[in-house]
Amino acid sequence: MNRPETDPHFEYLLRLGDSSLILGQRLAEWCGKAPILEEELALMNIGLDLIGQARLLLSHAGQVEGRGRDEDRLAFFRDVQEWRNLLLVEQENGDFAKTMARQFLFDTFQGLQYRELAASADSTLAEIAVKSLKEAEYHQRHSRNWMLRMGDGTEESHTRLQKALDELWGYVPELFEMDEVDQAMIAAGIGIDTNALRAEWDSRVREVLSEATLTVPDVGWAVSGSRKGQHTEHLGYLLAEMQFLPRAYPDARW
Amino acid sequence: MTDKAPLHELPLFEVFIRSKNGLHHRHVGSLHAADAEMALTAARDVYTRRSEGVSIWVVRTKDITASSPEDRGPFFDPNEDKMYRHPTFYDLPDEVGHM
Amino acid sequence: MAEETATAAVLVRKEPDREVLEEAFQVKVDAETRIEPKDWMPDAYRKNLIRQMSQHAHSEVVGMLPEGNWLTRAPSLKRKAILMAKIQDEGGHGLYLYSAAETLGITRDQMYDQLLDGSAKYSSIFNYPTLNWADIGAIGWLVDGAAITNQIALCRCSYGPYARAMVKICKEESFHQRQGYDIMMVMAEGTAEQRRMAQDALNRWWWPALMMFGPHDAESAHTSQSMKWKIKRSSNDELRQKFIDATVPQAEYLGLTIPDDQLAWNAAEGKYDWGEIDWDEFRNVVNGNGLCNRERLETRRKAHEGGQWVREAALAYAEKRQQRAASAPEKKEI
Repeated sequence: MNRPETDPHFEYLLRLGDSSLILGQRLAEWCGKAPILEEELALMNIGLDLIGQARLLLSHAGQVEGRGRDEDRLAFFRDVQEWRNLLLVEQENGDFAKTMARQFLFDTFQGLQYRELAASADSTLAEIAVKSLKEAEYHQRHSRNWMLRMGDGTEESHTRLQKALDELWGYVPELFEMDEVDQAMIAAGIGIDTNALRAEWDSRVREVLSEATLTVPDVGWAVSGSRKGQHTEHLGYLLAEMQFLPRAYPDARW
Repeated sequence: MTDKAPLHELPLFEVFIRSKNGLHHRHVGSLHAADAEMALTAARDVYTRRSEGVSIWVVRTKDITASSPEDRGPFFDPNEDKMYRHPTFYDLPDEVGHM
Repeated sequence: MAEETATAAVLVRKEPDREVLEEAFQVKVDAETRIEPKDWMPDAYRKNLIRQMSQHAHSEVVGMLPEGNWLTRAPSLKRKAILMAKIQDEGGHGLYLYSAAETLGITRDQMYDQLLDGSAKYSSIFNYPTLNWADIGAIGWLVDGAAITNQIALCRCSYGPYARAMVKICKEESFHQRQGYDIMMVMAEGTAEQRRMAQDALNRWWWPALMMFGPHDAESAHTSQSMKWKIKRSSNDELRQKFIDATVPQAEYLGLTIPDDQLAWNAAEGKYDWGEIDWDEFRNVVNGNGLCNRERLETRRKAHEGGQWVREAALAYAEKRQQRAASAPEKKEI
């Protein structure tokens, strides 16, 4: 154990909440810039769902921790290495293809994750999972549709989407990694065995990629580290922007 | 309903929403989408943000056949003098009871 | 052939002359009968509506940008969610308005083109920058407040699709002004720095908000004809005064000072007297010299033109699917 002082339950909830929040923040960056007005509203709906999930999960994490940190204390006063979000979700938006590819890979994972977490022994977490599962199912439908449209659309869209997938594929193995926190949570009946979800995730993703005439990337690299606070450099800038106000005026209430 | 969309503009769809079971679908507006599935999800995102519905219909605007304002006379006026279609046209004695 | 001639004979109606049509149109408008898309309407009425509705739609969509500027920097997760929902509403309102305008025979892309080539305008207020978080409060309180004052009057507009869109928009917008005022209340009761931000925001947004009602009635190019056609239901000056009378007490409650040293209650007339708008500034910003004019248009241009390949992909995919399904039997379920 690197940080024996850390409560695995708290740590586990942070991982879930942080991924939702960071991806929600990324989607917020699309505001006013989406390729279609209708799609603008869709992206905001998804972003709102994710931020809503993050608020519930981080509030719960703060309560479990018992040190008086609420959702905002956790969101605005932690530095890069204290964040536990997946590397995949902190990657920059890029073009619409990259945003949707990132979304599709994550949505598929998150849907499976929530389905299993609905049976968690942590009843608050189970409730959050049940509520969020419906959201994740809609997100999957939305991002899956775009994978098909762009993959099997024009030559340009196909090329862009394939490139996006290739760029993101190396962050996929991290979704299924497990460490001592996961093990402790499985033992307590709170957490789930994400490794066991890999096969189902693979088959779902492969099915869509194949229908979309896309190639499953074979990139030969994979990075991970978010569970230990190791991130890509993108996260620092995202946090600098997101956290600026509460940090510049720490005495203020907003 | 002119279909003079220039090349590359997503076609127009009309959106109808049933606000709760037991009620008709009602026209709520329109949106642009490439196909019906896209129109359906977009309608969900655009027109049911405040839980306005339990069911959505979408239909290509150009597939709607509409009567024209000039039809108004021949279509609708001839029925104005046929009061015998309405129950209040008939006077029945009270003894008959509710009918 | 005989059948064709017979049909033609039945269908030949005497083309009513323009004056008669216009008179009948005005009778309908005066009787508060809504004009619907396929009804006959004067060309100028159609043009005027397209101008006003597309300008309104563009304002909603461009108006997302100054607020979007703080979406990624909102100071709490609750504020972030609220702001996101509010900006999303604005996108939705733009969409309702574009749709309503499309019933007049113009497409959304044509309207976008007019926005991007500068021939269509949007509300000048969105060319001002949002510099501190209180600006988000001030936009909700003052800019949405001014917009709502305008829009409530438009719910009774003579053109059916516009009036219906406005009813929907007014219903949804009722939370926008409240959330803005809520931000202002928290800031005004907050630290000295927050108070300073709140006053600074009011100083910068007050006059531009008053400009939103447009030129004085005497100088307004469109007012009298628009009033006759009931495209507009109240004059610029009436609405502006109504807004000022409602807003001054709200500023007092916050303990903030409205940046107008001529502002004073006129007990005799039951309204506030106030100073004069700097019309040179107004014209200057309208003509492209606001701090953010170029940036706003450039952002919209990038979104629209940069999104071309996405729309093409969706269309290409739809067409492929249709071709594949052409042989498959049709499914019907309702």
